[in-house]
Amino acid sequence: MSLVFAGACSHAPGITGRAQLAEAGVRDAFHAEFHRMGDALMQSRPDALVVIAAEHFANFFMNNMPAYAMGMADHYEGPIEDSSWLGIAKTRVPGNAGLSARLIRSVMNDVDVAFAEEWKFDHGIMVPLHFLTPKFDLPVVPVNINCQGPPLTPLKRVWAFGTALRTACDEAPERIAIVATGGISHWPATPDSGKVNEPWDREFLARWQANDRDAMLSYSDEATYRDAGQGGFEIRTFIALAAAARGAGEIRFYAPIPIFSVGCTVALMSID
Amino acid sequence: MSLYAAQKLLYHLNREPTVQARFHSALPELLDEYELSHEEREAFCAGDIGKLYVLGANGQLLMHYAALLGMPWAEYIEAMREGVRRYGPVRAGIYAMTTSTDEKVAGV
Repeated sequence: MSLVFAGACSHAPGITGRAQLAEAGVRDAFHAEFHRMGDALMQSRPDALVVIAAEHFANFFMNNMPAYAMGMADHYEGPIEDSSWLGIAKTRVPGNAGLSARLIRSVMNDVDVAFAEEWKFDHGIMVPLHFLTPKFDLPVVPVNINCQGPPLTPLKRVWAFGTALRTACDEAPERIAIVATGGISHWPATPDSGKVNEPWDREFLARWQANDRDAMLSYSDEATYRDAGQGGFEIRTFIALAAAARGAGEIRFYAPIPIFSVGCTVALMSID
Repeated sequence: MSLYAAQKLLYHLNREPTVQARFHSALPELLDEYELSHEEREAFCAGDIGKLYVLGANGQLLMHYAALLGMPWAEYIEAMREGVRRYGPVRAGIYAMTTSTDEKVAGV
């Protein structure tokens, strides 16, 4: 089997932790679309969910920062953050070490990837799971692309990673869903939190919807930092997913919600 | 090197329950284990989010630390603004402030 579902979504901690501070109409519409993405995910009858995330120094630090890492455990835990702050209770999330090992071995043919037999999920994975698999009962294979601590992996390598991940999934007998999660433009964890460059976001999403490889890879980190903030580096997760799915994107929801610190996004991508 | 050490302390604080316990029960001894500058040590002792922000601590590490301290969101954002007012612009890293100190981007 191979991929049975592909999608992308936001993961900002305010989506759950500061939900009560958002304007109710747009918040409820966003949350509802997030849940609908979960329904579509489960309707694809996946055996496992690969989450391409951009974690925030929960597991990997500047003493040994992998450009790419994949989890290889039978269970994980999260959230690492204070539960009341994030609005998500601490829980155990199932994994599939055997599947992870096979995916990692395959990816390694093309891209060097670190493996991790323990992994504490932060909001970058827990917020999406809260909406997509609210019972936390679908085995997860976590993937991290370093988007936090420069030097960062070049976008052309991100594309290669996504391509290698697709090859690995194609070789597996399991039905695999894949979800990328990241912000587009945003300036999180600064006093600028809430600032969003909506035109920049919409341009990036147009390139992503068209799965226009060259257009997506044309962003320099300098320009992204200037126009989309340090949070914009997380476009790497969207790009890796596009390389893996190879299809056309469909934006199901996009709206800046300042108190959530990001242009909140729910998107699907066809698998070709 | 000391900013690296300060950030490593934040990393440990954010993920290790035993370090969190020592943070509350034996802070001076915990801080002794990291090569912190005087300024960084003072900031940790005072819970001065604004100073740590200005010194260049990665914003994500600092955000989780603020959560650990139990700071409400608005208070945490304001603490960073106050840090810039008191100590000047962010000195290192990629989490510089691009708005003004009297601007409340998200209403807080």
